[in-house]
Amino acid sequence: MSNIASAFANGKAFIPFVTCGDPDLETTAALVRTMAEAGADLIELGIPFSDPTAEGPVIQGANMRALAGGVTTDKIFDMVRDLRRDITVPMVFMTYANVVFTYGTERFVSVCRDIGMDGLILPDLPFEEKDEFAPVCRAYGIDIISLVAPTSADRIAMIAREAEGFLYVVSSLGVTGTRSEITTDLASIIRVVRENTSIPCAIGFGISTPEQARKMAALSDGVIVGSAIVRLVEQYGREAVPYVREYVAEMKTVVMQCR
Amino acid sequence: MSKGRFGIHGGQYIPETLMNAVIELEKAYDFYKSNPDFNRELTALLNEYAGRPSRLYYAEKMTRDLGGAKIYLKREDLNHTGSHKINNVLGQALLAKKMGKTRLIAETGAGQHGVATATAAALMGMACVVFMGEEDTRRQALNVYRMRLLGAEVIPVTTGTATLKDAVSEAMREWTRRIDDTHYCLGSVMGPHPFPTIVRDFQSVISRETKAQMLEKEGRLPDAVIACVGGGSNAIGSFYHFIPDKSVRLIGCEAAGRGVDTFETAATIATGREGIFHGMKSYFCQDKFGQIAPVYSISAGLDYPGIGPEHAYLHDTGRAEYVPVTDEDAVSAFEYLSRTEGIIPAIESAHAVAYAIKLAPTMEKEQIIAVTISGRGDKDVAAIARYRGEDLHE
Repeated sequence: MSNIASAFANGKAFIPFVTCGDPDLETTAALVRTMAEAGADLIELGIPFSDPTAEGPVIQGANMRALAGGVTTDKIFDMVRDLRRDITVPMVFMTYANVVFTYGTERFVSVCRDIGMDGLILPDLPFEEKDEFAPVCRAYGIDIISLVAPTSADRIAMIAREAEGFLYVVSSLGVTGTRSEITTDLASIIRVVRENTSIPCAIGFGISTPEQARKMAALSDGVIVGSAIVRLVEQYGREAVPYVREYVAEMKTVVMQCR
Repeated sequence: MSKGRFGIHGGQYIPETLMNAVIELEKAYDFYKSNPDFNRELTALLNEYAGRPSRLYYAEKMTRDLGGAKIYLKREDLNHTGSHKINNVLGQALLAKKMGKTRLIAETGAGQHGVATATAAALMGMACVVFMGEEDTRRQALNVYRMRLLGAEVIPVTTGTATLKDAVSEAMREWTRRIDDTHYCLGSVMGPHPFPTIVRDFQSVISRETKAQMLEKEGRLPDAVIACVGGGSNAIGSFYHFIPDKSVRLIGCEAAGRGVDTFETAATIATGREGIFHGMKSYFCQDKFGQIAPVYSISAGLDYPGIGPEHAYLHDTGRAEYVPVTDEDAVSAFEYLSRTEGIIPAIESAHAVAYAIKLAPTMEKEQIIAVTISGRGDKDVAAIARYRGEDLHE
C-alpha cells in the first residue's frame, strides 16, 4: 500500500491545503504539525508560483505573500525534510508545471522522494501532457495526482483508468475559492470514476463549511479544503495555528462520521 | 507527445476544466478552416470591413535617407481598428459564432487586441469582456474608452504585475468559470493548442499579401522581413509564407526595455529560458525556481514574459533571428518614421522600424527589406510625450 492509500484506509479522509511560506516557513511547519495532530489524513503543501492560473484570489494572495517573503523551492524542501523526522502523515506538493520543469524534473522528483513526499498535484498538467513528468515520477515512486472536472464528461474514464494515488475531483467550474453552493452533478462523475478505477477519490474546490464537507464526503472518499484554511492564515498570520487546529478538527469530525 | 507541437514547444498545459473546450475549438477549426462558405464569409469581412488587402508601401524617403536597402512598409496600421489584431479577431469571432458562442472574452496589453475584439463583438452582436492590466489601463486610457464605446466591459486586472501576463491569466481564469457560452479570443500566437496555430493561420494573410505585392512591385522576394515580437502574432503572420524561402531573412524584434543587461526588459529570446506557462512550452523570462519574471517595456503590447511556441521553434532551428530593441531606440524610430514618412507607427511596430534603420545601411541598394507596421501610433502619443518629458492633457 502506498502512503497515499493509507490516508484513505480508516474511513473518509480530510485533506487540508496550505501555501508554504505564508506568512513564513516556521508558521507553515507549525501548521503542518497541528493539522496532522488535529486529524488531517493527507496534507497538500502548495509551492507558491508567481502566476497561479488555477487559483482564486485567496490562494493567489497567499502565493504572493509567500514569494514576497522570500520562500523558494529549496527552502520548502528543507522544511519538509525537517518535518519528516517526526511527521508521518502522507503529504503531496501542489504547484505548477513550470516550478517542477525549471528546477529540473528529475532533480525535483528525486528530492521529493528523498525528503519523503508522496505525490504531486499540477493543476496545469492535463492527461495529454502527463508524460512530461510521469516517467520520472514513476521511477522515483512519486504519484502524479490526476484531476477530473465538471466539464470532463467523456474524458473521466480515460483519466480514472490511469490515475495514481487518489483522484482529485474538481467540484465546480472556475478557480479555487469558497463557494456558497456546489451544483455540479458529482454523483454521476463519481459513478464513472468508480467504474474505471479502484483508487480513492476526493472532492475539492469551493468547500469551506462542515455542511458542504458532510455532503461531499458522503459522495466520495475524502474532502479537500484549501482556501478556507488559507483565509485563516491570511487573517491571523503567525497566530493562525490554534484557529487552523480547531477548524481542521471540526471538519475531520464531520468527515469521519460519513460512511 | 501531445498535440500542437513546434519542435519541443507548444502543447496544452492547462487545467482539466478547459480541456474539452480546446478540443471542441480544435474540431470546429479543423472543420471550418477548409469550409468554402466560412472562408468566403471571412474574406468578405477582411476586405469589406477591415479594409484588406493592406498596402505594401515603398518608403522612398526613408530608403534614400538611410542609403542602403530599399524599404517597404506593410501597412497593417491602415486596417480598421488600427492594427493587425483585427485579422485574427474576425476569424475567431466568426468561428465562435459558428460554434454557437454568444460571448467573447479577451486579454489585451496595449489595448489593440481588446479594441479589435470589442469591434468584432459589436459587429456580430456578441457580448464582450476584456481583461487589461491596471497598469496598462493607465498607459492606454484612450483604448479603454474605445472599448467601452464599442460596448465591451473592460476589467482592470490588479494581480501580479498588473500587465499583459496578468490579463492573460485572468482571462484564462474567467474561461474556466464560464465555458458554455464563452469563447476566449486569444490575441497572440500563444497559449495552449490550438491557439498558436489558429492565430497564426488568421494572421498569415499578412505574408501572403506581402509576397504577392512584392512580386508584383519588384518581381522578386525581399531579402529580409522585419516585425516586432511580443507573443508574436504580427511577426508570425509576416514570416509565415516566407518560411520556405530560405533566401529571406526573418527578423523578430523583441522589446529590450531599458536593455537586456538590466532587469527592466521583456526580451524573452535574449534573456529567457525554456519553461511551461500559459498553456505552452516555450521560452520565458523567469528565475531559477521557475517564477515568472516581472518584465518591462515602454510598449504595453510587447510587455510579456514569453514568446509563442512557433517562434521558439524558429529560433531553435535558426530559421528566424530575434534581436532586442531598447525603449530609447524604439522611441527614436517612432519619431523618425513620423518625420520622415508622415507615418506614426505604434510603439510596438517602432521596435521593428528601429532595427530596419540599423540594418538597411549595411545592405546593398538593390536589396529589399519589408517591415511590418503592425499598428498605428495615435494611442502612444501621450506616452511618448511623457517619455520625452512633456505632459499632455487631452
